[in-house]
Amino acid sequence: MGKTLSEKVWDEHVVRSAPGEPDLLYIDLHLLHEVTSPQAFDGLRLANRTVRRPDLTLATEDHNVPTLDWDKPIADPVSRTQVETLRKNAADFGVRLHPLGDVEQGIVHVVGPQLGLTQPGMTIVCGDSHTSTHGAFGAIAFGIGTSEVEHVLATQTLTQSRPRTMAVTVNGSLPEGVTAKDLVLTLITHTGTGGGQGYIVEYRGQAIEELSMEGRMTVCNMSIEWGAKAGLIAPDQTTFDYLADKPEAPKGDDWDAAVAHWKTLRTDDDAVFDQEIVLDASTMTPFVTWGTNPGQGAPLGANVPSPDDFDEPTDKVATEKALQYMGLEAGTPLRDVKVDTVFVGSCTNGRIEDLRLAASILEGRTVAADTRLLVVPGSVRVRLQAEAEGLDKVFVAAGAEWRGAGCSMCLGMNPDQLAPGERSASTSNRNFEGRQGKGGRTHLVSVPVAAATAVRGTLSSPADLPPLGG
Amino acid sequence: MDKFTTHTGVGVPLKRSNVDTDQIIPAVYLKRVTRTGFEDGLFAAWRNDPDFVLNDPTYAEGSVLVAGPDFGTGSSREHAVWALQNYGFKVVISSRFADIFRGNSGKAGLLAAQVDEKVVQRLWDWLEDHPGGVITVDLESRTIRAGAGEDAVEDSFDIDDYTRWRLLEGLDDIGITLGHDDDIASFEATRPAWKPVTA
Repeated sequence: MGKTLSEKVWDEHVVRSAPGEPDLLYIDLHLLHEVTSPQAFDGLRLANRTVRRPDLTLATEDHNVPTLDWDKPIADPVSRTQVETLRKNAADFGVRLHPLGDVEQGIVHVVGPQLGLTQPGMTIVCGDSHTSTHGAFGAIAFGIGTSEVEHVLATQTLTQSRPRTMAVTVNGSLPEGVTAKDLVLTLITHTGTGGGQGYIVEYRGQAIEELSMEGRMTVCNMSIEWGAKAGLIAPDQTTFDYLADKPEAPKGDDWDAAVAHWKTLRTDDDAVFDQEIVLDASTMTPFVTWGTNPGQGAPLGANVPSPDDFDEPTDKVATEKALQYMGLEAGTPLRDVKVDTVFVGSCTNGRIEDLRLAASILEGRTVAADTRLLVVPGSVRVRLQAEAEGLDKVFVAAGAEWRGAGCSMCLGMNPDQLAPGERSASTSNRNFEGRQGKGGRTHLVSVPVAAATAVRGTLSSPADLPPLGG
Repeated sequence: MDKFTTHTGVGVPLKRSNVDTDQIIPAVYLKRVTRTGFEDGLFAAWRNDPDFVLNDPTYAEGSVLVAGPDFGTGSSREHAVWALQNYGFKVVISSRFADIFRGNSGKAGLLAAQVDEKVVQRLWDWLEDHPGGVITVDLESRTIRAGAGEDAVEDSFDIDDYTRWRLLEGLDDIGITLGHDDDIASFEATRPAWKPVTA
């Protein structure tokens, strides 16, 4: 019997395997940021250990960093200490760091791919659950805790039980205006937040193959939101074309050898998945969340559901609690929900294609009077590219705030936060209670929905906007 | 890591599903660079509500959390495990844990005991009848016990064999792996030259 893509990648990285024990897996790339690494470096010091492979390790500053005044010292002393701790640790242990102010700084999951360090067939880990993003290249990539960060620093390996395999096959093509984000939000509401638990998921089918690399990253990014261990997509010509000109991609003969290997990274025709989900992309529409977990979503054209719409007692209770927290009445059309702040950014939707899409909708239009629009590029490179294309001018002319690179309002560890009771439409990945600021209310949306919402002031898609110049 | 064999302590009912790690400890509390002192951030938003279970003095000594399904979803922050431990919890019982949270618990020495959803309900019912009652969690026999007599709750829980063994022995993972240094070195010798490096 053949193997699935994830089984091939897994098997290529097994250092040691013994009955009754998890596999010892080699890690090709370890990404670090300031929040989940300090205790790991402390652990190394206490045990008098070193970083085994600093040359397979890369650090950046993203979670805490301000998106204004990034050329000045960080104002919040606690955030500053955490960032300075990373700088000291990187220097002490010989780890390459892209600090605030560096041209390669940005969200760790935007930086890896744009440098070309994320490549097919790799194992990639980071103390961050959205590490699944890198699966878009056909890598096994997943988030780990700080104890595991220390383990990888010391040994370049991890002990891992082999997950089960799942295929998510998305047939057909996404309709015009429906994005990778809508696809993955639709999937998560279909499965619930625990539906992928224990599985490495391979996304496949026509709609997935038709996505750009950035769209694929959006889908893989949110694998964790339905509980999957990791999500990946078989590398193809789209993948190779994206990588070809990246600074850290293989060159010359190395490129040829790498591509020859990458082409073998496909699920064999006779391989069997433990589980399969099949979806039809052609029926998908703009999709938004109404609740407090990413599985509580509905098409934009629907109404806020009622607890009575659910059969399971836990779902009823969860819906009741979510509506109460979100300040929503069952039966309200989602399009009537008024939004205070729109956030475009994050490792889910903070790349250049996202900013181009947002700008194409905002060009010639104005952000609604009571609405704030924050546009935060995922990395300094994305910011510079956007400015070179004049996108920043479009945003500012529309009345948006154009910021520096970082995680920003996705999780509000820096000053970009919602006030209590404030409602956002956000292109990020989590609508948990208080995620974007204590008492803040988050609706997860795609980039086009975010841009249209900023213009109308209520949850909207570009189709709801009056045509320009008419 | 300390050895974990058995624990008896006050059970705390947390009647919610999808308790994500942002609820267990919000991001603003993650800025510390130590492994201690996170107890003040535990369930920080919910603790503002006077009716929240941890604000009830009955559960002041609580050390066994009994929660709804999909506990620990979301962010990979191990701070969520540390916050529970710093507060005094030794065990979390749920019918389903998120993978990363379960892994982090095993590494840090918090026991994540997975039971059938019906067992969670029976424990909640029992705790309602016996507020402040204690639950015994025996890792050796993989059993949970609350009370005695007719309304006692006794059942088994699931935990993978390897994590159970490590917790029982109090073993340091890195130490075990470094024992396989030869295997790692031989593996490294076989890696293709075109694999990327950061240096």
